[in-house]
Amino acid sequence: MFKPIVWVLCLAPLVYLIYSLYQDLGVNPIETFTNTTGIWTLRLIMITLAITPLRWLTGINQLVNYRRLIGLFAFFYASIHFITYVVTTFFVGGFSNFDASGLAADLTTRPYIVAGFTAFVLMIPLAITSTAGWIRRLGGKKWNWLHRLIYITAMAAVLHYYWKVSIKLVPVNPRNYAILVAILLAFRIWRHFAKRAASEV
Amino acid sequence: MLIKKAADIKASEVTPKELFLKRRQFIAAAGVTAAAVASNGFGLLGDDENVAAQNPAAQKFPNLKKSPFSTDEKLNSYRDVTTYNNFYEFGTDKADPGKYAGTLKPRPWTVVVEGQCAKPGSYNIEDIMKWAPIEERIYRLRCVEAWSMVIPWNGYPMSEFLKRFEPTSKAKYVQFKTLVDTKQMPGQTEPALQWPYVEGLRMDEAMHPLTLVGLGLYGEVMPNQNGAPIRLVVPWKYGFKSIKSIVRVSFVENEPLNTWKQQQSSEYGFYANVNPQVDHPRWSQGSERRLGEFFRRKTLPFNGYGDQVASLYAGMDLRKYY
Repeated sequence: MFKPIVWVLCLAPLVYLIYSLYQDLGVNPIETFTNTTGIWTLRLIMITLAITPLRWLTGINQLVNYRRLIGLFAFFYASIHFITYVVTTFFVGGFSNFDASGLAADLTTRPYIVAGFTAFVLMIPLAITSTAGWIRRLGGKKWNWLHRLIYITAMAAVLHYYWKVSIKLVPVNPRNYAILVAILLAFRIWRHFAKRAASEV
Repeated sequence: MLIKKAADIKASEVTPKELFLKRRQFIAAAGVTAAAVASNGFGLLGDDENVAAQNPAAQKFPNLKKSPFSTDEKLNSYRDVTTYNNFYEFGTDKADPGKYAGTLKPRPWTVVVEGQCAKPGSYNIEDIMKWAPIEERIYRLRCVEAWSMVIPWNGYPMSEFLKRFEPTSKAKYVQFKTLVDTKQMPGQTEPALQWPYVEGLRMDEAMHPLTLVGLGLYGEVMPNQNGAPIRLVVPWKYGFKSIKSIVRVSFVENEPLNTWKQQQSSEYGFYANVNPQVDHPRWSQGSERRLGEFFRRKTLPFNGYGDQVASLYAGMDLRKYY
């Protein structure tokens, strides 16, 4: 029942970004657009990962009703981020000249791009199988396993950010995201062993 | 009941004079900008844009000598040049120097010259500025991060500067150092880099006619965020070679260890010539984004200055000496 609110909240960063660039492009609008869509992808991934622990902590099971929507918005921002990078980096001089080998080299040899691309590609099956029909077809157990790919996406996305900023400088923001992912994943590991211990008693 | 007496204005509440003056400057600048915007009918700004955007309080250079080395490409705006800077002494975000470099005091300023030369000593910036006619040099600037700008620098050839100190035959390299002062450069309280920032050139590179002592841009003395009051400008090398706010010049026998090489030698070398053939390990150097353009453009060897400088590196393996 809060879905319209989730829609508005998830679209707000993009609307605000476009509005602020319309007001003032700034010196490097392409960089602003790419960085902002990237950071919102990461934030939305963090929120989807936080829903399950929040359910355990608060007992509000309805939270899970919003997870798919937020996850799909994460994929939406990731797609915009990826397309912006491809279009603004590899069309050199105009739309008639696409540097496909440059893109291929980037996607396979540059560690931060490999990490970001991995994170993005692994979201595709999750987006496709997010429908009720696919859950039915796969069955809950298989579907749950498949959707654990989001853990790899989250780690790869943080690595992407970390390596992009720099190797040796102390990047505070990527480090904070790394800590957040570690906490969110540690929660699951802890829960797994706690459950097992409880069932053995 | 305790009735407190109204206190006098505390010393801490009095606006410091610099801040007071800065506010006046700001108001004056805002006035000029508003007038410019109004006179343009709130439409797109024309050629006057850059004039209006300049700092009205800054000292101007009256008679700039034109240079045949200048490019006729479209200039990046004064705003581009002064609000998008890598100058970690004021913070690692590109907007930081434009916001925070007000703490730098470029006057009075002394440059210490030392090492393998006949005339070492301390030289005053006001004198240095008179040592040769100030020229306008419109150069491309290519950052190692794969963006570029076109900037109208003001200054004079580095050779005019260095010759005065009569370097000896032992002077194989010249090393430059930036000011270290955490009060003036608050970013230096963070270990983002090792301070002071150090750069260097081989003597023949330093004496090359394209190499400039940068003293200003857009016809005014160097804005703080661009490396006031004196900086290096080497247009065929990545931007990080062009060290800012120089306080020390040393003629040395051995290749100096420059800051970015010290930081990450697998990514940044001593030569740092713009080279589309040799990628940065994390990204391609084959293309660049000229700020203000949507599509990237191809990066040129030596940033398009190959005709003038390629001979300096004849016989050298530029993959090894990146």
